[in-house]
Amino acid sequence: MASVVLSEAEKLYIVHGVQEDLRVDGRGCEDYRCAEVETDVVSNTSGSARVKLGHTDILVGVKAEMGTPKLEKPDEGYLEFFVDCSANATPEFEGRGGEELGTEIANTLYRVFSSDNSVDLKSLCINPREHCWVLYVDVLLLECGGNLFDAISIAVKAALFNTRIPKVRVLEDEEGSKEIELSDDPYDCIRLNVDDVPCIVTLSKIGYRHVVDATLQEEACSLASLLISVTSKGALTSLKKVGKGSLDPESIFEMMETGKRVGKSLHTALQKILEEEESLGASRQKVGFLG
Amino acid sequence: PPQMRGSRSKALPDRAVVNCQYSMATFSTGERRRRPHGDRQAGELALHLKQTFEAAILTHLFPRSQIDIYVQILQADGGNYCACVNAATLAVMDAGIPMRDYVCASSAGLAEETPLADLSSPEEAAAGGPGLVLALLPAAGQIALVQLSARLHQERLEAAMEAAGQACRALHAVLDRVVRERLREVTALMGD
Repeated sequence: MASVVLSEAEKLYIVHGVQEDLRVDGRGCEDYRCAEVETDVVSNTSGSARVKLGHTDILVGVKAEMGTPKLEKPDEGYLEFFVDCSANATPEFEGRGGEELGTEIANTLYRVFSSDNSVDLKSLCINPREHCWVLYVDVLLLECGGNLFDAISIAVKAALFNTRIPKVRVLEDEEGSKEIELSDDPYDCIRLNVDDVPCIVTLSKIGYRHVVDATLQEEACSLASLLISVTSKGALTSLKKVGKGSLDPESIFEMMETGKRVGKSLHTALQKILEEEESLGASRQKVGFLG
Repeated sequence: PPQMRGSRSKALPDRAVVNCQYSMATFSTGERRRRPHGDRQAGELALHLKQTFEAAILTHLFPRSQIDIYVQILQADGGNYCACVNAATLAVMDAGIPMRDYVCASSAGLAEETPLADLSSPEEAAAGGPGLVLALLPAAGQIALVQLSARLHQERLEAAMEAAGQACRALHAVLDRVVRERLREVTALMGD
């Protein structure tokens, strides 16, 4: 992660403030920063989304390509994640520097989406054992401002919501060889159901309390964090502890309860925004990257 | 956001080193790319960017230091290098690093005797057609970089370069206006 230089006095200030439920920018322990979500920003992808959470800026592009299904799951498509840390985020990410962080985030995403009912993979199948849709989800970290995992998971959910996969028809020849025909109409496509896609909530332990959506400075003060992925119904799909410090079991349960609560409200807010954007349709003014 | 860095191990004693990295997002082109910045094309374009900006930035004002320019392509539709140069010019201006002049770049080509400026990706890919890339310092009319691919008859070169030059000058007007507007905004905010 990007490093930030903090003096001991600043750390003490942050820690004491958190004990009183008051953070440096005036938020409570369970408040998120103001987030901007915009979908369909990159036109030659099947779906894309950009999320700005404070100073953290993430761009996700989803490309749907045809491939062969995996051997152990012949009638399902699958998702492939790739995370690229741009050198714009921190100079440490230049060249191969960001690869370690990138693979860590990609592996976390694989684990979060590993549960069977997060995305309906059977709808991605075209011909069992022969053809299926592979969704390549590419995450680009444009700026690192704390709380990467949450922003990434919000962006992935928004991008999957925005993904339009063209409908295909399978034609059988006389000899039995199959031909795939892509429909010509750009509006004739299948959309993914993202109701069960989980979002990651990061809870960082600072002192005796835990905070949601930590900034870089708060992350520097916290010894341990818990990453929880929560679906919109409040079900947990995965749990991971990161950090050098240790957590005792009661605080883990407390953090899980907070995470579920916060996760549910995050999902409802995100769903509302995505549906609003969708309903504006073609008349929506795209802000994109400027402004 | 462009930031100036402190000195690194490759410091030159009398002027600044300009370090560039060119990186393409995996979803930027029609087919998904797998290597964001390791491949040869990225290395070559980064080198070109470095040469261009070493010609434009007043590097002797910053001895023993390094200026990093990182360019990230989000979506590619032809004229990648030109867009990079224009964006980097604005970024360097925004960082407050003094330059000799704006660097404006444009690509140009010929389609059956008609010169075309600013080729898009289907035009660039058109079989066998020549493509010219020009990076210009508009005030002095000096050329920072010129690159030609495929074959072009010498007589036609003049026309293609003229087309690219005109496009660069038009771009210069736009960039200049944007920089001045931004400066007005910033001074208005800081003044009162």
